[in-house]
Amino acid sequence: MPTKIEKDTLSGRETTGHEWDGLKELNTPLPRWWLYTFAACCLCALVLVLLLPSIPYGSGYFHGLLGLSSRATVAADVKAMEAQRGIFMDKIKTMPIEQVKQDPQLLAVATAAGRIAFATNCQPCHGPGGEGRIGYPNLADDTWLWGGKLADIQQTITYGIRSGHEKARNSTMPAFGALGVLKPEQIEAVADYVWSAFYGHAEAGADLAKGRALFVENCAVCHGDNGEGKRDVGAPPLKSAVHLYDDTRAAVVTQITNPHLGVMPTWERRGNNTGLDAATIKSVALYVHALGGGE
Amino acid sequence: MTSHDKVRKATASEGKQSHVSLYAARVGVYPKAVRGPVRTVKWGVLAFCLAVYYVLPWLRWDRGPGRVSQAVLLDLPNRRFYFFTVEFWPQDIYYLTGALILAAVGLFLVTSLAGRVWCGYACPQTVWTDLFMWVERLVEGDRNQRMRRDQGPATVDKLWRKGVKHAVWLGIAFWTGGAWIMYFADAPTLTVQFWRGEAGTAAYFFIGLFTFTTYLLAGWAREQVCTYMCPWPRFQAAMLDEQSLIVTYQPWRGEPRGHGKRDGSAAAGLGHCIDCLACVHVCPTGIDIRDGVQLECINCGLCVDACNEMMVKTGQPKGLVTWDTLAGQKARAEGRHEAFRPFRPRTLIYLAAMAVALLVMGTALATRSHIDLAVQHDRAPLFVRVRDGDIRNGYTVKISNKTQAPAEFALGLRGLPGGVMALAEQSGAPAPSQVLAVDADSIGTFRILVFGRPTPQAGGSQALDFMLRNIANGERTTYASVFLGPGGKDR
Repeated sequence: MPTKIEKDTLSGRETTGHEWDGLKELNTPLPRWWLYTFAACCLCALVLVLLLPSIPYGSGYFHGLLGLSSRATVAADVKAMEAQRGIFMDKIKTMPIEQVKQDPQLLAVATAAGRIAFATNCQPCHGPGGEGRIGYPNLADDTWLWGGKLADIQQTITYGIRSGHEKARNSTMPAFGALGVLKPEQIEAVADYVWSAFYGHAEAGADLAKGRALFVENCAVCHGDNGEGKRDVGAPPLKSAVHLYDDTRAAVVTQITNPHLGVMPTWERRGNNTGLDAATIKSVALYVHALGGGE
Repeated sequence: MTSHDKVRKATASEGKQSHVSLYAARVGVYPKAVRGPVRTVKWGVLAFCLAVYYVLPWLRWDRGPGRVSQAVLLDLPNRRFYFFTVEFWPQDIYYLTGALILAAVGLFLVTSLAGRVWCGYACPQTVWTDLFMWVERLVEGDRNQRMRRDQGPATVDKLWRKGVKHAVWLGIAFWTGGAWIMYFADAPTLTVQFWRGEAGTAAYFFIGLFTFTTYLLAGWAREQVCTYMCPWPRFQAAMLDEQSLIVTYQPWRGEPRGHGKRDGSAAAGLGHCIDCLACVHVCPTGIDIRDGVQLECINCGLCVDACNEMMVKTGQPKGLVTWDTLAGQKARAEGRHEAFRPFRPRTLIYLAAMAVALLVMGTALATRSHIDLAVQHDRAPLFVRVRDGDIRNGYTVKISNKTQAPAEFALGLRGLPGGVMALAEQSGAPAPSQVLAVDADSIGTFRILVFGRPTPQAGGSQALDFMLRNIANGERTTYASVFLGPGGKDR
């Protein structure tokens, strides 16, 4: 109990009566409503503790009288969003892909969905921007093995390439060297011709006429007389600045001798619930088409 | 006598206990009506401030067909702020900084010149409190009647007057909240929606919030806001000096105060203050100006009017309570005269700061462009080699058309000889420049593919400028970007 309440001569105010080694405290009373407001705030806090998830105990927590849960809110939000998106995806599913591209709203949804599906399924081989790598085609450039129109891309994604699916894109380049169709020196001659005529590197002293004759006889049926390629059989254009396999003469020789045959899986939804549904495949096709090389 | 003193007096008279209360009960303030030039000016400022607040959102402004027609509008969903002829985009937010700097320095300047006139005249707390007190006076009568009725028993008369007063208060508070939301949506439309129950939740919430706070702060809290909640009284001391005009009592003239007759004989020995407490009774914060400058004083000057009235009645010169500087008071007490000095280092510095802020803001506003260009280079792939050997780079181009009409923009390249560009997913052939259309008052986003052959010595990256021109008005802008290629490592 403070006993020495004094009047401070300088300020004219009373002290609280407390004294610490000669230091005295002036009494500056707080307004009473301030105290009541504080009490009201404490009461609000108590009410909130009762209403909201608040007190943790051993194996769980007190859920609050309102039973609010942010996890449940998120789940509900996701569900609502899926329902909302489902309307668009259903439309995309039934509509021909060319028509989807003409509808700005559906196209926006498809492009967004396609980007996610691409990142999840296609990126491991084709890269985050579709830029590909050796053996895995660049999807952003203007060179296509099997066609760069929307329908072509959709078909390739759906059934894959040499995937074993009956509708898969399928072709085989003969192993000219391994099967003994061409002798090693003939392969070298063809390589000289390809390297010079299509890849644009002049090889000094090479007999291009011999190589050209062999090319016309063995290769032109698929790759074309002028190396323009043939999409029906997935034969890549040779007269191009872009090549699927490494851009060296050695790679050309390897490819003639014992060619790589790239495989892309089928993405069609299968019985065991793997693969992508039709709307997602269309979305990915639209996304890939828009990477820059679409025809 | 401050409210603290009253409290102390009250507690001290409660039996001289040996403990002191750490909490102060609120002492009711019953300001008396007053007439005079200061009061007239205060009514004028009040009417002006309220008129601006309530009427501003209803002003129409023609911006052309299909455009916002409200003079002042904060369009939050569309991220636009319309202010008469000017239209601000979110990236213009620094104008708000400038406006706040101007407001703050302006407040400093006014305070160092004429004390807390902001508090006494223009602060919303003062304006609405004054308005609520006026209503209170109309319904319940002046100071004495109100005090008597409050101390008396609960009669029918008391109840209906209190009821009417609070109803009118709530009405004003509701109107205040209603005016607030009009700044955020088309006022006539929102009004119709509001009464039909079709307005958004936010509209009802903010009307409710502002109704409650206006009623609470202007009706109940009043001077408690200024004394206990507002930070401004705490640091106003830094703005005031002995050259600032403040409402002040002239003790050299008034003291010793007393009720005695002033018949000219010096025998009474009394000063001009007749201790009538008129200045105390009219004070909206319940203080005694004769105690000198104090935290609670909002410099409204109503005590000046009240005192002058008494001085005239008692045949003494006016101005016992008046606007004066502390230096002027000191000089007068010594029989000298010292002129008010508005120009002194402090005010000049504030003026200079305001001038600089105003100049920078004005220049920025006057030379504000109506065109904006932002270019983002693709992150993956950084570049693509196409069949004919060209290198292709992808860019996302954003063009802001800040004019009020749809416009066509010519986009060109600089720094890439032979470079051409095309719009992604469009059939047009690549060309050295492209014409892009953007709607009025909006941002157009385009994906641009640039084809070119970077010079070999560029080492994989070379500068590429995008140049944009509004075809209609010729306004131009440039964005410095890069064109990436394989560089030296590529075969």
